[in-house]
Amino acid sequence: MYADWPLLSLAIWTPIFGGILVLFAGDREPSGARKIALMVSIITLLLTLPLYTQFNTQTHLMQFVERHDWIDAFNIEYYLGIDGISMPLILLTSFITVIVVISAWEVIQYRASQYMAAFLIMEGFMIGTFSALDSILFYVFFEAMLIPMFLIIGIWGGANRIYATLKFFLYTFIGSVLMLVALIYMYSKSGSFAIFDFHHLRLSLTEQVLIFLAFLVAFAVKVPMWPVHTWLPDAHVEAPTGGSVILAAIMLKIGGYGFLRFSLPITPDASAELDWLIITMSLTAVVYIGFVALAQRDMKKLIAYSSIAHMGFVTLGFFIVFRIVNSGHGEQGAALALEGGMVQMISHGFISGAMFLCVGVMYDRMHSRQIADYGGVANTMPMFAAFMVFFAMANAGLPGTSGFVGEFMVILASFKASFWIAFLAATTLILGAAYTLWMVKRVIFGDIANDNVAALTDINKREFLFLAILALAVLALGLWPDPLVEVMHPTIENLLNHIANPKI
Amino acid sequence: MTAEFVQPDLMPALPEMVMLAMTCLVLVVDLFLPQEKRGFTLLLSVLTLALAIGAVILVAPVSSISSFGGSFVLDQMAVVLKIAVCAITIMVFIYSRDYLADHDIYKGEYYVLGLFATLGMMVMISAHSFLLVYLGLELLSLSLYAMIAFNRKSLRASESAMKYFVLGAMASGLLLYGISIFYGITGTLDLTQLSIAVKGPAAEHPVALGFALTFIVVGLCFKLGAVPFHMWLPDVYQGSPTSVTLFIGTAPKIAGFAMAIRLLVDGLGDLHVDWSQMLTALAIASLALGNVVAIAQTNFKRMLAYSTISHVGFILLGILSTSANGYASAMFYTITYAITSSVAFGVLLVLNRKGFEAEEISHLSGLNDSNPWYAALLAIAMFSMAGVPPTVGFYAKLSVLQAVIQVDMVWLAIVAVLFSVIGLFYYLRIIKVMYFEKPVEEQTTTIKEALDVKMLLSANSLSLIFLGVFPSTLMAYCILAFS
Repeated sequence: MYADWPLLSLAIWTPIFGGILVLFAGDREPSGARKIALMVSIITLLLTLPLYTQFNTQTHLMQFVERHDWIDAFNIEYYLGIDGISMPLILLTSFITVIVVISAWEVIQYRASQYMAAFLIMEGFMIGTFSALDSILFYVFFEAMLIPMFLIIGIWGGANRIYATLKFFLYTFIGSVLMLVALIYMYSKSGSFAIFDFHHLRLSLTEQVLIFLAFLVAFAVKVPMWPVHTWLPDAHVEAPTGGSVILAAIMLKIGGYGFLRFSLPITPDASAELDWLIITMSLTAVVYIGFVALAQRDMKKLIAYSSIAHMGFVTLGFFIVFRIVNSGHGEQGAALALEGGMVQMISHGFISGAMFLCVGVMYDRMHSRQIADYGGVANTMPMFAAFMVFFAMANAGLPGTSGFVGEFMVILASFKASFWIAFLAATTLILGAAYTLWMVKRVIFGDIANDNVAALTDINKREFLFLAILALAVLALGLWPDPLVEVMHPTIENLLNHIANPKI
Repeated sequence: MTAEFVQPDLMPALPEMVMLAMTCLVLVVDLFLPQEKRGFTLLLSVLTLALAIGAVILVAPVSSISSFGGSFVLDQMAVVLKIAVCAITIMVFIYSRDYLADHDIYKGEYYVLGLFATLGMMVMISAHSFLLVYLGLELLSLSLYAMIAFNRKSLRASESAMKYFVLGAMASGLLLYGISIFYGITGTLDLTQLSIAVKGPAAEHPVALGFALTFIVVGLCFKLGAVPFHMWLPDVYQGSPTSVTLFIGTAPKIAGFAMAIRLLVDGLGDLHVDWSQMLTALAIASLALGNVVAIAQTNFKRMLAYSTISHVGFILLGILSTSANGYASAMFYTITYAITSSVAFGVLLVLNRKGFEAEEISHLSGLNDSNPWYAALLAIAMFSMAGVPPTVGFYAKLSVLQAVIQVDMVWLAIVAVLFSVIGLFYYLRIIKVMYFEKPVEEQTTTIKEALDVKMLLSANSLSLIFLGVFPSTLMAYCILAFS
């Protein structure tokens, strides 16, 4: 029944126009704006569900394709479609947005309609980024989503919000303008902005290296990879809870998605040539940033650093494939690495989102993010403590949760490339456990630290709802990741075949 | 032999004749109107411009036609640019009304001078001989000098009018000097004949040609405001009444672009290797200085002046790529920049009221709290100037960059994008001030809302998003102009 529906367009434009509607609903009656926002986000989620149920897992070809001329002058098209790597990310986006809308329900009192509208409009842009198959369309969505995020951090953020949001915007923008130059360069060679035409474009090694570096700057900032990660802790700490959740759960994934959609297939030879660079940066993120996280006193900052470390796994999984293939272990191991990276992205979306929501729950009550201000929360908020400990375990990679699956796949694949890479990557199992559990110990367990903690009330129904949904998702993905892996498998296989052929 | 006088075909100049006749009518009618009926002058002026647009559409040719012995052309480019100039001037007139009334300068002369300036621009756009280019330019400039000094009680306005006049006269002199050398070498003022002559016998005088070309480029860049001939721009922007800054900052840019195309491309196309190199240096300098110095400004009008300089750099990038594609991109860029900038100054005008001159960046603080709609309109304009999608500024930059990369100047494109990242900072700062800061007590009084201004300004600002999503609606005409 959905066959002729332009589902992707609907999923992009429903939240955007819904957001504008919410904006006009205004703040005179904030509960009205909230209800419309919730409705729009649920409709969008329902619209994206058929993308999964109707998805054909046998093919690597693009599905749900919509293709129209857009700007004739430069042969730019309104070209949408999804495959196994973009579909799960779209579902993640529409799912997390519903959670964010619920989580902001009573918390945001200042200009609630603008807040909700910003998230809805951003949702549309993010879904657009994941489904765009024309590079300019991709770029437009990619950049446009910065605007609502810029306003979210700047208007509803913490004390140092202006510094953080300017840094966030400028960092991401400087990364992406070089990508724009690379895209136009490839257009001048191929006469088209369609991403697949770039995939088949022959490029010399020098061209590939330069284009690869331009993409690297754009996506490395977004992921963020060490050493261009410094905007992330600032942005996370200052952003309101919803902003942190979207930032960690989805925006960072766009960097990883970019590597899969652009860097690897467009510049396979340069990627193979420069994989040492990415692997070094990824391992540094895993090990060094892991230690940095250990030293944090601010809970949000700690989770921000743990995000960087976890995203290091994603990029490691994506770029270790060349070593695996060269070491003679063939495609099996390479597919494992790429799929591991993808699973890690989805799982991190759930877990980091949940962790930021947990901090948000505490922040709403205590107005502090400092670990030192807490202690013995389990005594006054037992139900909340159960959730928090569960998510912390998932963050540390406990088997049975989704956090374990991705990391395990990547580490397993790394062993086929080199023992030492795998060894360094595996330190995360220790470091991750150390910084997460130590924080939990100081915040949740022990005696009640002060009167403020003693006065805490446990989570209400609304908070229980969104934490429970996320906990189910983390558990489901951890116990049975097959549906996810199955969806992406043909796409990953095809990608591996593609990058195995030199383009020079 | 008796000189034969051929009656020129007057039809192509119909819009200009309508403008001239109507402007004289406005001048006379205004004399007999009492102050409280000044609105009628405005109405008549807007009607004049609307009639001019109608006339342009009426006489729009299928292909290029020329008249007056080849010194006047009407082609696709002229049609589009004239419509743009007239439409933007209509907005300028309507936006300025309340500002003029508040500052006791709500006089008919403002409109008459504005109409004459518009006529000058229309002549510049269609001019196809040195003489006519110069006539149009002077008609525009002289009207502008008077408009700036219009508020004679303001010392600052007189000062900037003086400055503009002295420097503008010098630039005109340089331009004339270049023209006279070309006349000396080729013996013609007509741009079509000039373009033939520089290929032929005149090519034997490369030094003289280069010398003359340099003066032309300098004069041109002075009028456009490219570094290092930009000195007048910040002072004039800041010193003029905001209603006049709005005018200077919008429509004349379009006329300046037309002049550049007529002189450099139509007339001196064969010297493109030379002028394209000159423009490269000027464009980089404009991008660098405009974007960097704008960061240090606290005055909104002055900041926009430096931002204009950087945008001129982008327009030059399109022209210097010397391809039809590049000219079309530069044309698109110029028109959309004029539209964007009219939003920025338009919102600033709305914030003005009796006894309070809104021009500092700090005057915008907390605008989202006191008036979210105008804050949103200005934010759209700022994102468009910064080139953030989905606004039209992104598409304008994309098309210019594409033209530059097409001619293998990737390095220049990289320089341009890096400077626009620097530029992004000060546009974001305006948004920061409006959205993230609390309003200062003294300026939170409500904005008086004239419905027509609000509607027009909203349409004006939302058109930036419309054109950003559907750029083909305008781009198609720009490409047609150079095909």
